[in-house]
Amino acid sequence: MTTPSPVAANQAAAPAASGSAGPAHRGVGAVVPPRRPAVRPDATGEPAAHESGGRDHEAQAGVATPEPLQERLTGAASVVRSLEELDVDVVFGLPGGAVLPVYDPLLDSTKVRHILVRHEQGAGHAATGYAQATGRVGVCIATSGPGATNLVTPIADANMDSVPLVAITGQVGRSLLGTDGFQEADICGITMPITKHNFLVQDAEEIPSVIAAAFHLASTGRPGPVLVDIPKDILQADTTFRWPPEIQLPGYRPTARPHSGQIAAAADLITSARRPVLYIGGGVIKSGASAELLQLAELTGIPVVTTLMARGAFPDSHDQHLGMPGMHGTVAAVAAMQRSDVLIAIGTRFDDRVTGDLRTFAPGASVIHADIDPAEISKNRVADIPIVGDAKDVMRQLITAIEGIKSDGRVSDLFAWWAELDQLRESFPLGYEEPADGTLSPQYVLSRLGAISGPETIFTSGVGQHQMWAAQFINYENPRTWINSGGLGTMGFSVPAAMGAKAGMPDTTVWCIDGDGCFQMTNQELATCAIENIPIKVAVINNGNLGMVRQWQTLFYGERYSNTDLGTHKLRIPDFKLLAEAMGCVGLRCESKEDVDSTIEQAMQINDRPVVVDFVVGKDAQVWPMVAAGTGNDQIMAARNIRPLFDEE
Amino acid sequence: MTSRHTLSVLVENKPGVLARVSALFSRRGFNIHSLAVGPTESPTVSRMTIVVTVDDLPLEQVTKQLNKLVNVLKIVELPGDASVTRELLLIKLRADAATRGQLTTVVDMFRAKVIDVAPESVTVEATGTSDKLEALVRLLEPYGIRELVQSGMVALGRGPRAITSTGGRGD
Repeated sequence: MTTPSPVAANQAAAPAASGSAGPAHRGVGAVVPPRRPAVRPDATGEPAAHESGGRDHEAQAGVATPEPLQERLTGAASVVRSLEELDVDVVFGLPGGAVLPVYDPLLDSTKVRHILVRHEQGAGHAATGYAQATGRVGVCIATSGPGATNLVTPIADANMDSVPLVAITGQVGRSLLGTDGFQEADICGITMPITKHNFLVQDAEEIPSVIAAAFHLASTGRPGPVLVDIPKDILQADTTFRWPPEIQLPGYRPTARPHSGQIAAAADLITSARRPVLYIGGGVIKSGASAELLQLAELTGIPVVTTLMARGAFPDSHDQHLGMPGMHGTVAAVAAMQRSDVLIAIGTRFDDRVTGDLRTFAPGASVIHADIDPAEISKNRVADIPIVGDAKDVMRQLITAIEGIKSDGRVSDLFAWWAELDQLRESFPLGYEEPADGTLSPQYVLSRLGAISGPETIFTSGVGQHQMWAAQFINYENPRTWINSGGLGTMGFSVPAAMGAKAGMPDTTVWCIDGDGCFQMTNQELATCAIENIPIKVAVINNGNLGMVRQWQTLFYGERYSNTDLGTHKLRIPDFKLLAEAMGCVGLRCESKEDVDSTIEQAMQINDRPVVVDFVVGKDAQVWPMVAAGTGNDQIMAARNIRPLFDEE
Repeated sequence: MTSRHTLSVLVENKPGVLARVSALFSRRGFNIHSLAVGPTESPTVSRMTIVVTVDDLPLEQVTKQLNKLVNVLKIVELPGDASVTRELLLIKLRADAATRGQLTTVVDMFRAKVIDVAPESVTVEATGTSDKLEALVRLLEPYGIRELVQSGMVALGRGPRAITSTGGRGD
């Protein structure tokens, strides 16, 4: 559908001929050290304490700023040069009529590797996987119209999970804008509510500054997706490429440094709490603050819960870790929050999947809420002590403040609190029963996968039962080793995200955990992986059904299974082993408990190609514990009809 | 508590900014009562005056979200008693030689102006607060309103301080 029309293809011939600036400039770029764009004016705002923010600060202060670059080239070459100057090493994309001019100079770039995907949605999720694994900005490219609208789902996904993503889209020429031209879609209008910001480029001269601004916006403050839409005639125009460009973002002033008064008040409350909980969200991973979290937790002895987006922010092996809170969280984590007197929420947003019914959530808790986005604070739960700031800075300052208080000997005793929590952990550990029908248990597969592949492995996941089991039964010890679609819940996220993660971290084992439903949405990117030498490993947790939906039908719809049987068991359509082989991967199948370890080990040995393992598991396994949608967290069921917190009272 | 709020929003003078701002209100189901956008003393900056009827807590939330828009420079909520507000009204009335005289008397009482006259119509311009304009319209109604157009409200805080020197909401 993104095949250019004959007309568009003819138009594309023009920049190819005039794009001679491509090879000429590359030598220059190679010898000059990277330059950072200066962000101005920024008199009142502080650059965020992220990597790029720090470098901006240097550039602004004039530290080691090399001679500015100036080159004559096309708008399209200016796009590629900008990406090179921003140290982009990988982009994911698929060409089409309007964006073709960019693909011509891209062919000559020795710095930017373009990975040709099979569907633009794959490019978007791959860029997200890359960003989540590396902490750098993920980049995807698509053409106008359907190319751009295929990016809508990954952009919305990145927006919900605060992923630094830059999407570059071609647009029809300016003379066709707004005329329903071939492959025209108002992608800026479409993505307005799902991007941090977007740009429609109006002049070829501004390409470097707009792309630099897009990277700055995507990666600083609360990260998020930024879309840059560039009309084809601007890509074809002759222009001057100037680097570093000046970025004018007078309305963008993210707060990084927390208010010292709020820190002092929070430290006071934390040290006097009798039942405190550290409620940790994905912002801690974004901010690279795992070391600070460990220090803060050990300094205070406070129990830690990590949300779905924060798995890996704090080691699962640590004794203070109670696990994941929320709808499918551990009983101990959910109970700790419900019974807490002080909730220390850091880099998290009180999502409905964590809080359950808000009116009955943590009724006795005073809330300290630290987030870099002021709009998150008191959005769902009113904060008693709001702190706007970067998680790393907040925790560093909290540590200092609490150390001061501790040296005065004022610390409250958490002994009784821990005794209560330890009892809950012992009584209601995460667990599962072996299926009575003798089928393979999906939870067993995932726990073995975690144990065999080790704590350095990156796991990506789709959405549904397999995602919850992967969050529960794999132990995460390191940040950025668990990559999933949390906020939007995008089925089909896993395969392309794994591809992106592996492209960014080629020396790390990347396991894509997927369900048979999710896998059938985006598995075409396995062909990309096979051809581009991106040897990911895929574990399809194949229960023949849309498992999570089926679980809800079992529990809430009287076991009436409307449209959840996919036929991947009954009919073996498709045969995942043959499908994998057809796409240049190794296909394996495992159907019994005895074969699980050997199959995983066999997959671990294959590093020259992607591997797909079809784990055929029982269809009746369910995700427990569970807080049913719309009910309060006190109603958490450890297993079906067992309400540990509710029955106790 | 639901009440009427007036927000002054300084924005970059760029295409699409109005859509971004109004989308934030529509997303939460807030109805914008009135909206006025125009240039300011700086050519790169436009000023929006937005009047919404909304609870205090959701207003604070939407203000924070407005502040997140990259093109929004500053937001100040203008308190009703410490600001001057004006709207512009143009109203076309049925009027012939017999009624024109009475009509002009009403117009004069409101310090409004007749800006167009035809044999069977009169067009009147008036500025003022919402209350004043409502009163004027009530008095003019009996003559027969052919057409009416009214601007959104514009507002400035009282006293010497400018919006650029006061603290913004949610800053």
